[in-house]
Amino acid sequence: MELSPPVVRVRNLHKSYGDFEAIRGISFNIEAGETFALLGPNGAGKSTTIEILEGYRDRTSGEVSVLGVDPQRGGLGWKSRLGIVLQSTGESGNVTVTEQLTHFAGLYPRPRRVAEVIEAVGLESKAKTRISKLSGGQRRRVDVALGIIGRPELLFLDEPTTGFDPEARHQFWDLVRRLKAEGTTILLTTHYLDEAAQLGDRAGVINDGLLIDIGAIGEIGGADARVPLVRWREPSGELREKRTPEPARLVAELVAASGAEPADLEVIRPSLEDIYLGLVRGSRAPNDAAGVLADDTEVLA
Amino acid sequence: MSNSRTGTETRTMTSTGPRAESLRPSTGMLTVLRVGISRVGYETRMYFRTTDSVFFTFLFPFIMLAIFTAAFGSSGNIGTAPDGSGGISVGAYYLPGMLAAGMLLSGVQNLAVDIAGEKGDGTLKRLGGTPLSPLSYFIGKIGQVLVTGIFQAALLIGVAGVVLGIDLPTDPEKWLTFAWVFLFGVITSAFLGIALSALPRSGRSATAVVIPIVLILQFISGVYLQFYLLPDWMQNAASVFPLKWMAQGMRGVFLPDSFASLEQNGSWDFPLIALNLGFWLVVGLVLSRVTFRWIRKDA
Repeated sequence: MELSPPVVRVRNLHKSYGDFEAIRGISFNIEAGETFALLGPNGAGKSTTIEILEGYRDRTSGEVSVLGVDPQRGGLGWKSRLGIVLQSTGESGNVTVTEQLTHFAGLYPRPRRVAEVIEAVGLESKAKTRISKLSGGQRRRVDVALGIIGRPELLFLDEPTTGFDPEARHQFWDLVRRLKAEGTTILLTTHYLDEAAQLGDRAGVINDGLLIDIGAIGEIGGADARVPLVRWREPSGELREKRTPEPARLVAELVAASGAEPADLEVIRPSLEDIYLGLVRGSRAPNDAAGVLADDTEVLA
Repeated sequence: MSNSRTGTETRTMTSTGPRAESLRPSTGMLTVLRVGISRVGYETRMYFRTTDSVFFTFLFPFIMLAIFTAAFGSSGNIGTAPDGSGGISVGAYYLPGMLAAGMLLSGVQNLAVDIAGEKGDGTLKRLGGTPLSPLSYFIGKIGQVLVTGIFQAALLIGVAGVVLGIDLPTDPEKWLTFAWVFLFGVITSAFLGIALSALPRSGRSATAVVIPIVLILQFISGVYLQFYLLPDWMQNAASVFPLKWMAQGMRGVFLPDSFASLEQNGSWDFPLIALNLGFWLVVGLVLSRVTFRWIRKDA
């Protein structure tokens, strides 16, 4: 008997649009209080998956349970326990930040205080400004504010920091950490791998509708993908690189061999981004029917 | 599309959960009502902050009334008997038509364009992710139509009486008739607007789809053109749709009874008005209920 059941449970999820299989059998759990990062290129199936969990889309087959409820049958009580930050929208925004948050707070049974949420997303100075007059990044913060106003148990963040400046992103990270400290379970998708590394406890990588890896942020991709890389320039001018679990030893050997400081020396520990790119590229076998998604690889490269 | 294999799993997990997945009936209807009423204020505020809706829905009947009065005011009264008695001014003749147009615009045009726009720009998708009941959303929209429609009619009647010096009915019975025709008409319009909002494929195309429909109805239903001068076939075609009956009801309230002889059956036909509006109210309600979605699933 598990003490607390997973907040999100997905088993063998499939989703087809006509002949196109967007999701080809995905399984994962998100445990209570966990921040789970769902990563993958555009068109890989991230948004389809998240929208199935949010109840916006119906699955073709498989099992899905979110907060113990099948999203296809989730009622208003179920929705009141979710917070959903969609990818950016283009609403007319003829209301002020305070008006919008006050209105949305009224939809939930036990909302957070409006002023508190406005402060949390750093929009105190814009509280009385109409949303249409805000910058893209500020509007995004309103989206986040609307996602957390209902004090959700499970928060969906779909590319939440798109359009944020670096300072705003760091403030947002602090906010997410605070929500996490309060026990909120979070499902995050992002194209910023540093963001996933900062916030995520675990990550799943989706490519071509399949989950190609899943694990703790510090372990994803396996130990091999984390082997440091040493790069240097030979006296001949040739740029060399070598993967080794003992980079210091290699550097010492290089110094001993040439008797001089190697030019352009770098010791690189693969970042989550490197590991992620390795995973995504590695999963594209030449015979893989991934022609449709070829454009997205370009974006990532 | 859906699968049945999740059934067992979901049930077990739900039954152990601390909260029921559906809205509990004890708090349900009250919440729906409370939120719906709060949305009336929210929607009305949004309405008056949107230039398009203020101009093309709220002020349009005023502009048309001003144009008709200015253009035809000098050509003498309408419906004057051969002995020179019984005529009314152009403004007085057009007032009922403009009131009917206002009812149609506030309901059909306003909501069809508004909701199609909300569908297109993501407003509905966001609302669909919150515990907002679609019923509360409808209450908000219909309430907004009622508030703005009443405000518009009151201003129109006020301007007619004060600025244009048009004689308004003094018989309370006329005002009672006005009240039911107006409320019935506006609510019918509101539901038809919600139903019609399903038609445009995008928020951008909404005005292109909705305005021609509304405009043609206004031309054939005796809003801009004097109904009794239209050919029979056009009058019959217009009789299918509710605007002709709203306009006729308003004429029945604001025109002298001598004008009843100009109507199709030589009378105001209030029972037929109620019948037609009732029919379209049911059509609008059913279509709204059947077609309304927060998002187009799997589009």
